Amino acid sequence: MRSIPIVSQPAAQHTWGNAPTSRAPGWVYTDEALYQREMERLFYQGHWCYVGLECEIPKAGDYKRTQIGERSVVMVRERGKAGQPDAIHVLENRCAHRGVAFVRERSGSARSFVCPYHQWTYKLNGDLVGLTFKNGVERVNADGSKTQQGGMDEDFALCDHGLNKLKVARRGGVIFASFDPAVESFEDYLGPDVLHYFDRIFHKPLKVLGINRQRIPANWKLMQENIKDPYHPGLLHTWFVTFGLWRADQKSQMVMDAQRRHAVMVSRRNDGGAGAVTVGVTSFKENMALGDDRLLDVVPEPWWTVDDPLRPGQRITPTVTMMTLFPSLIIQQQVNSLTTRHIQPVKPGVFDFVWTHFGFEDDTPEMTRRRLRQANLFGPAGYVSADDGEVIAFVQQAYAANQNARTVSEMDGTDVKNTDHNVTETLIRGMYAYWRGQMGV
Amino acid sequence: MDFNLYHHVQTLHQRYAQILDSNDISGWPDLFTEECTYQLQSRENFDAGHPLCILHLESQAMLRDRVYGVVHTIFHDPYSQRHICSAPLITHVDNGLIECESSYVVVRTPRDALPQVVSVGRYLDKLVTIDGTWKFKQRIAVFDNDLLPNSVIKPI
Repeated sequence: MRSIPIVSQPAAQHTWGNAPTSRAPGWVYTDEALYQREMERLFYQGHWCYVGLECEIPKAGDYKRTQIGERSVVMVRERGKAGQPDAIHVLENRCAHRGVAFVRERSGSARSFVCPYHQWTYKLNGDLVGLTFKNGVERVNADGSKTQQGGMDEDFALCDHGLNKLKVARRGGVIFASFDPAVESFEDYLGPDVLHYFDRIFHKPLKVLGINRQRIPANWKLMQENIKDPYHPGLLHTWFVTFGLWRADQKSQMVMDAQRRHAVMVSRRNDGGAGAVTVGVTSFKENMALGDDRLLDVVPEPWWTVDDPLRPGQRITPTVTMMTLFPSLIIQQQVNSLTTRHIQPVKPGVFDFVWTHFGFEDDTPEMTRRRLRQANLFGPAGYVSADDGEVIAFVQQAYAANQNARTVSEMDGTDVKNTDHNVTETLIRGMYAYWRGQMGV
Repeated sequence: MDFNLYHHVQTLHQRYAQILDSNDISGWPDLFTEECTYQLQSRENFDAGHPLCILHLESQAMLRDRVYGVVHTIFHDPYSQRHICSAPLITHVDNGLIECESSYVVVRTPRDALPQVVSVGRYLDKLVTIDGTWKFKQRIAVFDNDLLPNSVIKPI
């Protein structure tokens, strides 16, 4: 019988090579080892990740379970000591004893956390307060004497076995956390220009309107790229180009932090209609009219106008700011609709996308109704975002099948800079410049 | 409630599923009254008392706009849809208004993939007659699967 020779080939070595940063190879979306390195370096070290809004846990003891990278975490409010504000803790949902992720409900209220497996009990700040049989179980012998059975060694100290406590940042009612105690301050992390647009939205008490969740079969970075890509909305999304909510002829700015990992797409809507910007745009529907246009009942809000960080002394009134806070968060203001969109990676080709819609505590019922109407544009069924989930899934399919094929993110050149227009992919190039540095790729 | 009335309710339910599972969903808004409520809401939001839905439409005209969106504006992977619906439980009958509740499973079958459950939940309905025809004044679909398999394009 003829034997079949076995040819052993070395595992493919992924190298970016001499190609520019605008040409990302497909394996950045598919490689398992690279993905694990992303979790370590981007989600668990050196970065701040989104956790939630303070108004989601309004009372002492209220908690919310969520995720940083793939790790389950719990944010919980603890009553402050006399005269002190409440504390908000973010704890890893992992019992120090055997690792049970014991918080199962998405939200609730607790006086303490008790792991059901062996009843290790933690305070709301994560300290271990006790465990059953710590001193063993007493046995009464036949002669009446007593002996202790089991128990922890005498040098076992409760204080050494609390839950993993994350570093917490609170700003404007938003909570971020980091597994890395050495992470820089949240303010330094965002940098002054991005922080300016963050503070523009989070300037007064918030009110949650609800949460929508979708599981998207695509790499988590593709969502960041989608919101760092101001070039697509006026092409993919009929509603944006037809009704002038986002298109290439708008006054826009693309603003990055100094490290180019975060960005804000700032723009001001126009009246839509035909023009140079709609020539050849197949999604533009000149004669499209809504039978019921209450979804586009936009009312400007006073807080939209702020100082223009790029033009000192001037004011700016964006109708839309789309912020990408690397690695885990997108913050949306699109006219009266406000959301945080939380990226929760599942595996290289899958992430969960969690949308928290909010308004302000002092909104009138009419404004709340308006925000909810405009919510029809966004989320898993939204007129201008359902198709984003679809299209990035198609990107993932193609690169999973051909990992050495490359993107061409070269609209507006190959360099990375802030711009005063939206016909550009500069923000995607900026993110990959940063990503390559962090990942050593 | 007499059998005849129950039969009308059941027929409206089945007609609803038949239209949304067909290749032409343009008749869907006709099953509703002019002023109406159509909501597609997660059980998580429903139970928490949060008003947010993934779709919240308030008139027959808004439903027609959704049909236009499904057919013409929302780019998506083509798929077939199938509703499996329980018989309705009539919970309230009052002066021309019927309230009822039923369970559903909606399965989506893309061209190149196996069928997947896109939504599983219950309908909370209010029905009235317009010119002798029973229509939905309200249909709220509350889905158990808070985490959705990517996007939801066609109505449920």
